[in-house]
Amino acid sequence: MSQIALNTSSAIGSAAAADVDAPIRIAVRNLNFHYGDAIALKNVSLNFHDRQVTALIGPSGCGKSTLLRTFNRIYSLYPEQRADGEILLDGQNVLSPSVDVNELRARVGMVFQKPTPFPMSIYDNIAFGIRLYENLPKSELDGRVEEALKKAALWNEAKDKLRQSGMGLSGGQQQRLCIARTIAQNPEVILLDEPTSALDPISTGKIEELIEHLREEFTIVIVTHNMQQAARISQFTAFMYLGELVEFGPTNKMFMTPTKKQTQDYITGRFG
Amino acid sequence: MSEHIVSSYDNDLQGLRRRISEMGGIAEKMLVDAIAALLRGDLPLAQTVIASDSRLDILQREIEESAILTIARRQPLAVDLRETISAIRVSGDVERIGDLAKNIAKRALAIGGQLQPQKIAAGVQHMSDLVLAQLKDVLDAYAQQDTVKAVDVWRRDGAIDALYTSVFRELLTYMMEDPRNISFCTHLLFCAKNIERIGDHTTNIAETVHYLVTGENLAIDRPKNDRSIDATVGAGA
Repeated sequence: MSQIALNTSSAIGSAAAADVDAPIRIAVRNLNFHYGDAIALKNVSLNFHDRQVTALIGPSGCGKSTLLRTFNRIYSLYPEQRADGEILLDGQNVLSPSVDVNELRARVGMVFQKPTPFPMSIYDNIAFGIRLYENLPKSELDGRVEEALKKAALWNEAKDKLRQSGMGLSGGQQQRLCIARTIAQNPEVILLDEPTSALDPISTGKIEELIEHLREEFTIVIVTHNMQQAARISQFTAFMYLGELVEFGPTNKMFMTPTKKQTQDYITGRFG
Repeated sequence: MSEHIVSSYDNDLQGLRRRISEMGGIAEKMLVDAIAALLRGDLPLAQTVIASDSRLDILQREIEESAILTIARRQPLAVDLRETISAIRVSGDVERIGDLAKNIAKRALAIGGQLQPQKIAAGVQHMSDLVLAQLKDVLDAYAQQDTVKAVDVWRRDGAIDALYTSVFRELLTYMMEDPRNISFCTHLLFCAKNIERIGDHTTNIAETVHYLVTGENLAIDRPKNDRSIDATVGAGA
């Protein structure tokens, strides 16, 4: 029957179609993760393409946030958590003890579910991270703060109150401030852990619009429980279940004609 | 297919399927009756066919509204999205089939039982037998989500096209023999064309069934055997 069938997934033309030939920015190889005696990731291997948005989906507890947390080794703050296998960022294994985690976290930025601005001014929220690594004259620092706020689509709303507390912003603005803070470090990869789940639809729309623009510059990995959001904003989607990677592929294919029954059951709301 | 966590979602999709199945039943009966009315000159039957078309229109509108609501409410994905879109497409095709059958019934009234000689009706009868089988099979293929059956319908349509070409030539010949034949032959020609168009709609439905089940579209080019566009008065004689 295949000779009379057209492949529609490749025929769908859109700016957001997956670029399967994009270079690999992060290569995960045989990754296992343990919370004490509990195994949270089982032999996970997959590639994250450069300047593409990859969505991680799956039910709560499937390991998607755990996977995200391995990329910048944020888990290593907790002594009983450990990862084995390889996570190659530009070919370098980030799990290797020789990797400087502070430098790693500057290269791999992270934004969490709840906005986490520091209790300081909008300006300092962004300048804080830059000052940690670079000693810039004020004019240059001002430029970097402005650039980060512009890229995070917050400049117009914040430019007249840079000295006011970041805590005074709305939830959606706070989340964009956190994204601006991450961008200011000039990362290669941005990790987003359910960045819009606490936001109203308008703020969510602004974040989604922002992600679309950020993709031109950064490799983005997003964890989301919102299937439609994953379908809208990502080029690749990975479905995880019980610590295993069930299916990975271009988003258009994953949401129209997934290969695995488990994937189809999950995205269509049939999971038992 | 296992059930949705939200059971009303299953009810929505079942509602679409049930209405398509009802539409299919009505369209099939309309076609059978329209052909019978035409060939037997049964005018009351033709009136019945014309009257049943409104039910098809209502069902089609209900399916469209329900499918649009499902998209708005549930944002269906994968097989659910394909099922919702397929319901819109198939109901459109079946509604058109009903219109074409109704048109045959109207022409049956216009001819008013004056079909002479009977033998020229044989070609139309044969065409309608083939198309009815197609329609029945493709509705079964939809209900059973059977791609093999759907592709079989899709391939078989070429035979109807070929038959239409020969009916076209035959009617052309009768019209040349005696200008008094022109009136009813023209009606009959339109009826044959309507039947041929119904065949095309069955192949559309077959394509939709294939898409619904596999997520892939059938090739653009289907085997076609309609040569009537090549036929001229000279060639037909």
